[in-house]
Amino acid sequence: MAIEIEKPAVGLSKVAVSDTHGEDSPYFAGWKAYDEDPYDELKNPSGVIQMGLAENQVSFDLLEQYLEKHSEATNWGNRTSGFRDNALFQDYHGLQSFRKAMACFMEQIRGGRAKFNADRFVITAGATAANELLTFILADPGDALLIPTPYYPGFDRDLSWRTGVKIVPVHCDSSNNFEITPQALDAAYNEAESHNIKVKGVLITNPSNPLGATIKRSTLEEILEFVTRKNIHLVSDEIYSGSTFSGEEFVSVAEVLESWDYKESDRVHIVYSLSKDLGLPGFRVGTIYSYNDKVVTTARRMSSFTLISSQTQQLLASMLSDKTFTENYIKTNRERLKKRYQMIIDGLRNSGIECLKGNAGLFCWMNLSPLLEEPTKESELTLWKSMLHEVKLNISPGSSCHCSDPGWFRVCFANMSEQTLKVALTRIHDFMDGRKAMKTSPDFSSY
Amino acid sequence: MAFLSKIATNNGHGENSSYFDGWKAYDSDPFHPTKNIHGVIQMGLAENQLCFGVIQEWVENNPKASICTPQGSNGFKDISNYQDYHGLPEFRNSVARFMEKVRGNKVKFNPDRIVMSGGATGAHETLAFCLADPGEAFLVPTPYYPGYDRDLRWRTGIQLLPVVCESSNEFMLTREALEDAYEEAQKANIKVKGLILNNPSNPLGTVMDRDTLRDAMSFITEKNIHLICDEIYSGTVFNEPGFISIAEIAEEGAVCKNRDLIHIVYSLSKDLGFPGFRVGIIYSYNDAVVNCARKMSSFGLVSTQTQHLIASMLSDDVFVEKFLDESAKRLAERHSLFFRGLAKVGIESLKGNAGLYCWIDLRRLLKEPTFEAEMELWHLIIGEVKLNVSPGASFHCSEPGWFRACFANMDDETLRIALRRIHKFVIQKTGSDQPTRREQYKRSKLEISLSFRRLDEFTMTPRTLASPHSMTSPLVRART
Repeated sequence: MAIEIEKPAVGLSKVAVSDTHGEDSPYFAGWKAYDEDPYDELKNPSGVIQMGLAENQVSFDLLEQYLEKHSEATNWGNRTSGFRDNALFQDYHGLQSFRKAMACFMEQIRGGRAKFNADRFVITAGATAANELLTFILADPGDALLIPTPYYPGFDRDLSWRTGVKIVPVHCDSSNNFEITPQALDAAYNEAESHNIKVKGVLITNPSNPLGATIKRSTLEEILEFVTRKNIHLVSDEIYSGSTFSGEEFVSVAEVLESWDYKESDRVHIVYSLSKDLGLPGFRVGTIYSYNDKVVTTARRMSSFTLISSQTQQLLASMLSDKTFTENYIKTNRERLKKRYQMIIDGLRNSGIECLKGNAGLFCWMNLSPLLEEPTKESELTLWKSMLHEVKLNISPGSSCHCSDPGWFRVCFANMSEQTLKVALTRIHDFMDGRKAMKTSPDFSSY
Repeated sequence: MAFLSKIATNNGHGENSSYFDGWKAYDSDPFHPTKNIHGVIQMGLAENQLCFGVIQEWVENNPKASICTPQGSNGFKDISNYQDYHGLPEFRNSVARFMEKVRGNKVKFNPDRIVMSGGATGAHETLAFCLADPGEAFLVPTPYYPGYDRDLRWRTGIQLLPVVCESSNEFMLTREALEDAYEEAQKANIKVKGLILNNPSNPLGTVMDRDTLRDAMSFITEKNIHLICDEIYSGTVFNEPGFISIAEIAEEGAVCKNRDLIHIVYSLSKDLGFPGFRVGIIYSYNDAVVNCARKMSSFGLVSTQTQHLIASMLSDDVFVEKFLDESAKRLAERHSLFFRGLAKVGIESLKGNAGLYCWIDLRRLLKEPTFEAEMELWHLIIGEVKLNVSPGASFHCSEPGWFRACFANMDDETLRIALRRIHKFVIQKTGSDQPTRREQYKRSKLEISLSFRRLDEFTMTPRTLASPHSMTSPLVRART
């Protein structure tokens, strides 16, 4: 629509014009390529396969089966006033039945090794909101959070954009499987201090995105010791906790705290969401679980900006308090993810590609560094563009995750059918074959 | 123990205000028609509970609208997986059409300009983040919804500067008041980035007339500042004069020179009575704001389960028409019951035609015309009359003695009980239910015109008084 502008347009805020939202990064070119030419088994078999989206579509049928048998979950309880009461319920405490169900579910995921108190949950519209909200509470503009690399690219927006808080990376590298070390934590902290930046906390993702691996108990203890020593906070984003391939390998920070008798727990906060484990990103179900009363109270007040729809809370309260359903779901989901993971690992290995040993998540961390012309970010991006435009796979380059070792890529495997995954693996196989052929052909330039 | 941020430890959340005493009183002694008939009646909550029967019926007859019923479950996978911050196209389309119907189809809304947010609460905060830097300010006419203090300021760091409106002209917004407020800001070296209007007004329950809207438009154009129009009560207009949206003024080329300055906030919490569903909407005529707000909406998207339900419901034209008609009718009846009930004991209210509450004039019950006296009267009303009404001070009203009382969040019988309690209280306090001769002599134009109207109302039946069918309201026009 044509607008006659007789005066110069009045400005927007600094936040609005900054690019901290992250959408101008070259990383999004991959998304564009996919949007313009999306793979479809029948209609577009040569299109781009989306392997950059960490979504869980392997266990949908279990949810559908539940709904077929339990449509009373959706009749808002008691028929006469159920809908009304639900539609009116805007209390930022959230439905108690929902919080209890979340506590139950999270305990089950942790094999009963940690207990959760329903009254310590704060509801938010997704983990995106939970992480931003916690940042507003724990740090002032200009302060920093330490985050081990490589990390989920969305953090740059979620934690920094509107909060004005900085992210200082804790560098982890392939020399020790990207594990977080006390030295790396100290180095990051000192780096911040040297720039007069106040560090307010550490944020870890466990299981890790993009590594697809759980953090060892000993490492968690070291991190807890570090934050205690520095008197700062610890946020543990456990959004993939239900996507571990086996129940025993995941150790939640909640378990460590319980074994420490909750000493120093005032500084620990857990973020969770149903977007990954249950595959319900559209429903915007996030939670903050804090051991700190003041944080719970304040976060609850702030959640007014981002509550979960009471309609959705009601549905999930029913679903997640059905222990038969949740037990079966958790177990089956793990098995299927493990199978999918094995499939991709084997397929990649057959093509001569190794990955980091993973045990969780919806992706694997693939090592293509041997293919780089030079061990640089630019080379990595060149390779990435080849993968996108020649192999027609949208995978995520390690640089978008702030990985300091070039050549690593995150490849998602749970957002497609097995058939599509096979097609993707075939394409990779052919690509690698092609590369080998190029390498072994005579190079006359060396004469 | 590690410290928290300044935002976490300041009072920006607003919950430490004495205003919350009323809520505490209600929470500790809530009225119940059978179990606690002497409890505190909640009149501080602007909720719309009048039309749930109509909605319930629709929900039961449309199981496909829920993706969790056998009829709707084949949509479950795609809907629950959809996290695109543009929102489901059918959701945006149906919301745009609904907003048009509420405005009598006098304006058109482009679904691509609709951005989701976590309720209107989220919408206001997002717009503040987009339009102003910390320390900058928005002007807002008083009295205004107390939540603005938190929504617009808490995490954004922006300021709200009052534009004082007075009872002498029924709290209407004047150009003079706008200019005064702007000048004050200049003097204090505060950069004004925008003006917020709430139309229909909370707490006044009135709509803005065309001239006032045009004045506001020319003011913001001249100052080159943004205009945020909160139209959250647009669907609760139950009497003449009808509702004029800023969207209409935006189409008047002579008045609106720069549509890039215009942004509307909307929500389904009041018109439909769905506060739990957190359906907030930003509608901006400014492309850059749409883009930015959309990115920010990642922090407060509407659950797709809810988007789907709303899309189904609001694209049912027959239902929407029936609902809007019925809602206006019931609000009018409820308002009339309350308004006349108050008038019977000599309590006057601003003559409102929208919203879920009355703006009541209790100045003559004050010991003295001060806010301390207002607070005292308020505590008396909570403690003795057992009604949680909201004192004008919490709305930043410049004159003490005004109170907001909500009437749509309860049934008829509860409202009658509330009126009986008020009746008893007034008689006790003043010894009579009529103002004294001396007070009559001192009354302002407002009160005098209201008392004439009171007489008219006594002689008219409820049906003829407040039926939208008898007047040319936009709701009637929507039918043709």
